[in-house]
Amino acid sequence: MAAACLRLVWLAPLLLGLVDGGRAEPPRDALREELVITPLPSGDVAATFQFRTRWDSDLQREEGTDHYFLRYAVLPREVVCTENLTPWKKLLPCSSKAGLSVLLKADRLFHTSYHSQAVHIRPVCRNARCTSISWELRQTLSVVYDAFVTGQGKKDWSLFRMFSRTLTEPCPLASESRVYVDVTSYNQDNETLEVHPTPTTTYQDVTLGTQKTYAVYDLLDTAVINNSRNLNLQFKWKSPPENEAPPVPFLHAQRYVSGYGLQNGELNTLLYNTHPYRAFPVLVLDTVPWYLRLYVHTLTITSKGKENKPSYVHYQPAQDRLQPHLLEMLIQLPANSATKVSIQFERALLKWTEYTPDPNHGFYVSPSVLSALVPSMVAAKPVDWEESPLFKSLYPVSDSSSYFVRLYTEPLLVNLPTPDFSMPYNVICLTCTVVAVCYGSFYNLLTRTFHIEEPSTGGLAKWLANLIRRARGVPPL
Amino acid sequence: VPPEVVRGKRAALFFAAVAILLGLPLWWKTTETYRAPLPYSQISGLNALQLRLMVPVTVVFTRESVPLDDQEKLPFTVVQEREIPLKYKMKIKCLFQKAYRRALEHEEAALSLGSMQEAETMLAKSQKQAEGSLTVYVISEHSSLLPQDMMSYIGPERTAVVRGIMHREALNIVGHQVIQVAQAMSLTEDVLAAALSDHLPEDKWSSDKRRPLKSSLGYEITFSLLNPDPKSHDVHWDIEGAVQRYVQPFLSALSAVGNFSVDSQILYYAVLGVNPRFDPASSSYYLAAHSLPHVINPVESRLGSSAASLYPVLNFLLYVPELAHSPLYIQDKDGAPVATNAFHSPRWGGIMIYNVDPTVYNASELPVRVEVEMVRVMEVFLAQLRLLFGIAQPQMPPKCLFSGPKSEGLTTWELDQLLWARSVENLATATTTLTSLAQLLGKISNIVIKDDVASEVYSAVAAVQKAAEELASGHLASAFIASQEAVTSSERAFFDPSLLHLLYFPDDQKFAIYIPLFLPMAVPILLSLVKIFLETRKSWKKPEKID
Repeated sequence: MAAACLRLVWLAPLLLGLVDGGRAEPPRDALREELVITPLPSGDVAATFQFRTRWDSDLQREEGTDHYFLRYAVLPREVVCTENLTPWKKLLPCSSKAGLSVLLKADRLFHTSYHSQAVHIRPVCRNARCTSISWELRQTLSVVYDAFVTGQGKKDWSLFRMFSRTLTEPCPLASESRVYVDVTSYNQDNETLEVHPTPTTTYQDVTLGTQKTYAVYDLLDTAVINNSRNLNLQFKWKSPPENEAPPVPFLHAQRYVSGYGLQNGELNTLLYNTHPYRAFPVLVLDTVPWYLRLYVHTLTITSKGKENKPSYVHYQPAQDRLQPHLLEMLIQLPANSATKVSIQFERALLKWTEYTPDPNHGFYVSPSVLSALVPSMVAAKPVDWEESPLFKSLYPVSDSSSYFVRLYTEPLLVNLPTPDFSMPYNVICLTCTVVAVCYGSFYNLLTRTFHIEEPSTGGLAKWLANLIRRARGVPPL
Repeated sequence: VPPEVVRGKRAALFFAAVAILLGLPLWWKTTETYRAPLPYSQISGLNALQLRLMVPVTVVFTRESVPLDDQEKLPFTVVQEREIPLKYKMKIKCLFQKAYRRALEHEEAALSLGSMQEAETMLAKSQKQAEGSLTVYVISEHSSLLPQDMMSYIGPERTAVVRGIMHREALNIVGHQVIQVAQAMSLTEDVLAAALSDHLPEDKWSSDKRRPLKSSLGYEITFSLLNPDPKSHDVHWDIEGAVQRYVQPFLSALSAVGNFSVDSQILYYAVLGVNPRFDPASSSYYLAAHSLPHVINPVESRLGSSAASLYPVLNFLLYVPELAHSPLYIQDKDGAPVATNAFHSPRWGGIMIYNVDPTVYNASELPVRVEVEMVRVMEVFLAQLRLLFGIAQPQMPPKCLFSGPKSEGLTTWELDQLLWARSVENLATATTTLTSLAQLLGKISNIVIKDDVASEVYSAVAAVQKAAEELASGHLASAFIASQEAVTSSERAFFDPSLLHLLYFPDDQKFAIYIPLFLPMAVPILLSLVKIFLETRKSWKKPEKID
């Protein structure tokens, strides 16, 4: 790669004539970043990063969205690794150098028991009447650190132990840069959980239907970082946390395949509504690959032993090798019940070139997606999205009595009937051998002639036999 | 001889005959890889193609430019040929077809105006010239249109003016001058050598020339602002306006060459790969010329992936150095700072370093607001873009006045030069691809040629021949389009994945399949044939012994 320094000149006079006109300054992008740390009663720690960039642009979206252009795609068995984190980090303006993104080190982030990364792009209205639009890019990363694997059994956590880095300076491009630590029910008198350094402010709100209190550390506030040039949050458990079971969420689900053999099977989804007195509807979206041929007439939904008819069913049948089944239902879950949705299927035989190199491992079925407005026990305040922290948008609240939840069940592993791939070669060998043997007999019949031959006088066999006879002392032949 | 033995021998011979005459060809035919027929002879003929590049030049004589008896001879046409000496297998000849004629009324009127600009405006109104052609006007020796010491003038459109002479050999002298001017405006060895730089053997000739961008259907241009120190500098640039005002006109002038798309980005905390040194004499920092190649690599990973675009990407970076390393200058090989503080890398792009005016720091606290002067920056980037495309400084003949480019930054005949160079490069690439394909097919028997691949090869060969014809007749625009088609078709044929379907079929698998059948069948036949042959030889010898 050769570099050449430039000696240009004759272009200059003509460009100097054009003057840089003064233009209105386009509005700047706004970056907000946030980290929420939640210590769990089991000793694990959950950490969620959110980075939101918003920019105003003239890129206008047409009114409404034609549903013919909506696509839903999922890869059921793809492991997220550093190859996914690196381009994700490149989208951050202050990547790895300042602000909260300093903590994003791949070797610690993937040493966790749960890891989730997301990128969301959407248009947002700039004012109440939505006459102009801004675009928002939101990146979230959630990890759960295991107490025993990562924490080596100790229950004291610090930023350095979790991320092997501490926070040094805020990102100059961020308008907000904060760390929230969930200290619900532990902040009264520092008897169970102690947080270093002492937070200057706290924030209280209703999240996921329960009242929560957060300790707030604002990186843009010079008092927070100034003293020691770095911020290493630490929390110690003064007394062991009470061993009460964590509250069961109001909506949870399970999915499994039942049946035997490689011909048929049954897909079952169990939906649990643990709210004591409120029933609410759930939207279930299922995408089943084409090689599990669903029999929609066998779709049965039962709650508490009785049949439960869904108020809305949308089914799009699969086309072989082109598109999967799409099944969408709106089911009303009665209070304090378990609802079972089951549908039978038949396994298809694929062409021999369509099998993966390890076909006996099985084929993955993507999880079903449940969306619901879950009623909350505690009334929430109406939300001003600009003023509230970013994590409020993870659980959007439309009115004060319920919050929105989207759940994914487990992906399933299903075995398809697998042929023996060595058979074509076996068949060729066997057939060719049989044909050759037949041909040999036929050839012999046609061409063999018998004639009398004089006996031969010896040969190798006779010489070997004489050798053995001499050794035994027996007269030779 | 008992009849049984005869019958046995005859049966064995029939078996052998059927197996060899019927079985072997049948097996061969049914197991060969499918190859649609290709025009091999035409492909090998392409290598020996003689490229003749014709430049149609119209030479217009005004009154009193040459002696009367020469004027009587007009109009007529002369063709002058020149062979371009390049170490390339294709021979390239350059033909200048000079069509001499007398000037028309409005042309006389235009050329008797006072200044060159007015004359050109009047002349441009009359006719539109095809790509690749030139018009040279011959004015009288004493005309005041040109300054006294200048003998010729080259304009921004495809026109030039040459001073005539009253001399016996006027036509020859004027013809010679016209050729000089026409060469400067169209084809020279340098232009073609730069175009064919990938195909010529490495020697001093090609290493001195900067390699221009490879010919492609389009290009993507990315402008990036690198701000390694956002705590000190809050940098703003009006890139949208600058692109619209300065870059878009240039790219529209170049639109015949390909599709262009422009985008821009701002990168923070992006440092150059080299630590600048401090120069106490000027109390500034500098980057030495030999460290420049190492600057680009660490930045490149953050610039955005070129894998996401169909076309080659050109990157133009504007770097605002950190407060700790301000001001930063680039030094050339002799240690003097470069005037424009920028450098470019062939086939990649360019980097310019923008030093913040030190007076800005006095008034305010960090971060200071920096407004980039886009005029200065765009001058440099446009000049680098010209160099990257291989539009070099024109080599003027002696005593020639050059008007300079139009406001877009590109003269029309420079565009023509680019089109010629690109056409020749495309033809060279297409020929190389087709020849390699034909050679590969000869060497490797496992390559499959389907019908659609064969049709692409046929259309590529036809396009190459058409392009060569159009070049020989001087139609540059259609020749360029045909050469692009030739490259596209040949690349599509060569890189088609269906060629590889049977390429790695292992040979031992073939043996494993055929041996259980053919070995048991062949062995008795061969043994019988050997026995028959030996007995026949014995029976020939016996009659000799008897006789």
